Amino acid sequence: MRAAVVVFPGSNCDHDTYYVLNDLLGIETDLVWYRQTDVDRYDLIVLPGGFAYGDYLRAGAIARFAPVVQALGEYIAKQRGIVLGICNGFQILTEAGLLPGALTKNISQRFICKTVQLRVENNATPLTHLFEYGQIINLPIAHGEGRYIAPAETLERLKRNRQILLTYHGENPNGSVDAIAAIMDETGTVFGMMPHPERNSERLFGSGDGLKIFQALIRELASSEPSNLRTF
Amino acid sequence: MKEFLVRVLVEPKPDLLDPQGQAVERAMIELGLRNVSQTRVGKLITFKLKALSAQAARERVAEIAQKFLANPVIERYSIELEEL
Repeated sequence: MRAAVVVFPGSNCDHDTYYVLNDLLGIETDLVWYRQTDVDRYDLIVLPGGFAYGDYLRAGAIARFAPVVQALGEYIAKQRGIVLGICNGFQILTEAGLLPGALTKNISQRFICKTVQLRVENNATPLTHLFEYGQIINLPIAHGEGRYIAPAETLERLKRNRQILLTYHGENPNGSVDAIAAIMDETGTVFGMMPHPERNSERLFGSGDGLKIFQALIRELASSEPSNLRTF
Repeated sequence: MKEFLVRVLVEPKPDLLDPQGQAVERAMIELGLRNVSQTRVGKLITFKLKALSAQAARERVAEIAQKFLANPVIERYSIELEEL
């Protein structure tokens, strides 16, 4: 199994994510420059947090045209593996139309950096199968544009297909519609989340709930051929 | 070829809550501006563009606005052209 962490100009969680995959979980991981287009050798591709292209225009708006994101379209179409966008990575995936909806400025107009509680809304997915349904987990958020917005018909589809994976529990820190914090696409191979699992992957930094997110993806990939991912 | 000054005005969709607009509106009221409502904050993107005609320029700008300058999920845009 091989994982990639994509590096854009302005990524800043790339090395943390690499550390969790490569050092903590022992997965052969490459840092992949955003100009690279040959991504088919990877079973898991993570778009990490940060501020690609300085968030100019809108977060993710310029990064979505980067060669590596263009290559992701094909990678996803043929169900080659799993794609996870964390924070800025989630913003890039929505801007690219690879995940539905959009992420816009927090209602408070402030950048929020703190640990939040999240509720597991669907635990029958590659990302969440190591959690219980309804379990409350803790992960840090760190974003200024994390308010998830989607048209009513998109929201209905997300609910009907159980594509909403995590919601903010208790307080809704950024004003996301239905307190949405993490979603997946209809194929169950593309995931986007505003919280940072890589920042809570060791006991030293909290509950360790973040590690379970990466472990879940890796176990999923180890136990199923990529072509079988469609079953989710 | 003609040259145009292009202004693309991008604003939050009418049904989208705009907290930045609300904060600006509150401040304007604080500063004594009366009877103000529905304040929205958007962005203005200006550039020069060479094209054969105003219509050709407008079509190209609309294409790039839809694809890139505005996010149709949360924003709408309008285009102004001025021949130079």
